[in-house]
Amino acid sequence: MILAAEEYNPVLPHVAEIIIGLIAFLLLFWVLRKFVVPRFEKLYEERAAKIEGGIEKAEKAQAEAEQALEQYKAQLAEARTEAAKIRDDARLEAEQIKEELRVEAQEEARRIVTQGEAQLQAQRSQIVAELRAELGRNSIELASRIVGEALEDEARRRGTVDRFLAELDASGNGAAGARN
Amino acid sequence: MGALVLAAGDVFTPPTAEAFNLPPIFGWVTKPMLLIVLSVVIILAFFLLASRKLSVVPGKRQFLVESAYDFGRNNIAREQIGAADFMRFVPLILALFSFVLVNNLFGIVPILQFPTMSHIGFPLALSVLVVYPVYHYAGIRKHGLGKYLKNQLVPPGAPKLVYLLLTPIEFFTKFVMNPITLAIRVFAAMFAGHLLIMLFGISAEYLLLHGDGVIKVVSAFSFAGALAMTFIEALIMCIQAFIFALLSANYIGAALAEDH
Repeated sequence: MILAAEEYNPVLPHVAEIIIGLIAFLLLFWVLRKFVVPRFEKLYEERAAKIEGGIEKAEKAQAEAEQALEQYKAQLAEARTEAAKIRDDARLEAEQIKEELRVEAQEEARRIVTQGEAQLQAQRSQIVAELRAELGRNSIELASRIVGEALEDEARRRGTVDRFLAELDASGNGAAGARN
Repeated sequence: MGALVLAAGDVFTPPTAEAFNLPPIFGWVTKPMLLIVLSVVIILAFFLLASRKLSVVPGKRQFLVESAYDFGRNNIAREQIGAADFMRFVPLILALFSFVLVNNLFGIVPILQFPTMSHIGFPLALSVLVVYPVYHYAGIRKHGLGKYLKNQLVPPGAPKLVYLLLTPIEFFTKFVMNPITLAIRVFAAMFAGHLLIMLFGISAEYLLLHGDGVIKVVSAFSFAGALAMTFIEALIMCIQAFIFALLSANYIGAALAEDH
C-alpha cells in the first residue's frame, strides 16, 4: 500500500491512516465523554453546591442569631418593667404597712395611757379611803390621849368624827381642785 | 532516521519528503499508526487515573489535571461556543485538543521522535470526518436546514449586489475550505518543523563525520540549531493543538450563532 507508490507524496493521505486515526479518535472521544467529563462535571457541581450551601447556612445562622438577640432584648426589657413594677408595689405596700403600724401604735398608746389613768384614779381613791380611815382612828386616839377622857358616848363620838372628816374632805377637795 | 537518509555515503543528501515515508514495522502497521494508538492510551490513562478520586478541595495533582480539563472546557469550548451550548461539545473539544497535542509532541519525544500529524491522513480524519460534520449537524439541528444555510451564506447587513460575490465565497469557505485548511495548518506545521529538525541533525552529523579539520567545528552550530528548533517546535506543537481545537470550537460556535 505504501511501498506501492513510486514516489512518496506527503499531501496525499493514506486511507489506512484516515481510518485508524478516525477510530482512535472516536475511541478517545467516547471514553472522555462517557467517563472523564461526567466525573469532572460532577465534581464542579458538588463544589458549587457546597459553596452555595455554605453561604446559605451562614446566612441562616446569622438570621437565627439576630432573632435570638431580638428575643433576648425583648425579654430583658420585659424583666426590667416587671422589676420596676415589683419595686413600686413593694414601696406602696411598705408605705401602707408603716401607716397601719403607726395608727395601731397610736391607738395602743392611747389605750395604755387611758388604762394607766384609770388605774391611777382607782389607786388614789383607795389610798384616800385608807388614809381617811387611818386618819380617823389616829385622830381619835390622839384626841383621847390629849383630852384624857374616853369618849364613851357613841353618838357623840360619831358626830365629832364625821364632822371632822367632812371638814377634812372639803379642805382636801378644795386642795385637789386647786391642783387640777 | 538520519542514518536512513544518509545511506548515500559521502555526498550530503538533505532530507526530503521521502523521510516521512516510513516502512511498515510489521504487516501493514506503520510507526504513525502505533503512535496514534499510543497517544490514545496515554491520554486516557492520564484522564482516567487522575479523575478516579476527585475531591471537592483539590490537591496539587488534581489541580494540575483540573487545569488541563478547564483549559479545554472554559478557555476553548466556552469562549468559542458560548455558555448556553458549550457543555455538549466539551468532550469533543477536549478530545481534539489532547489528541492533537500529544501526537504533535511525539515529534520531540526521544525514540518516538515523529509528529503523527505530519501524515496528513490523521488531521484530515479529524477535520473532514469529525469537525466538519459536527458543526454542520449542530447548526442544522438548531436552526433547521433553510435557516442554517441562510445564516451561513447570506450574512445580513450587506448591499444586495454584494451577495452575488459574498454568498459563493461564504459557501466556499464554510463548506469546502474550512475542513481542509484546518487539517493542512497542523499538518504543514508539523511536516516543516520535523523536516527542519532533521536537516539540522543530519547536517551536523554529516559535518562531524565527513568534514575536514576546522569544518568539523561548524557541526556544533548545526547541533545548536537542531536544539533550538526542538524548543521552537515544542512551542509550535502546543500552539497548533490549541489552534486546531480553538478553530473547531469556533466553527461550531459560528454554526450555532443566531446570525453571522
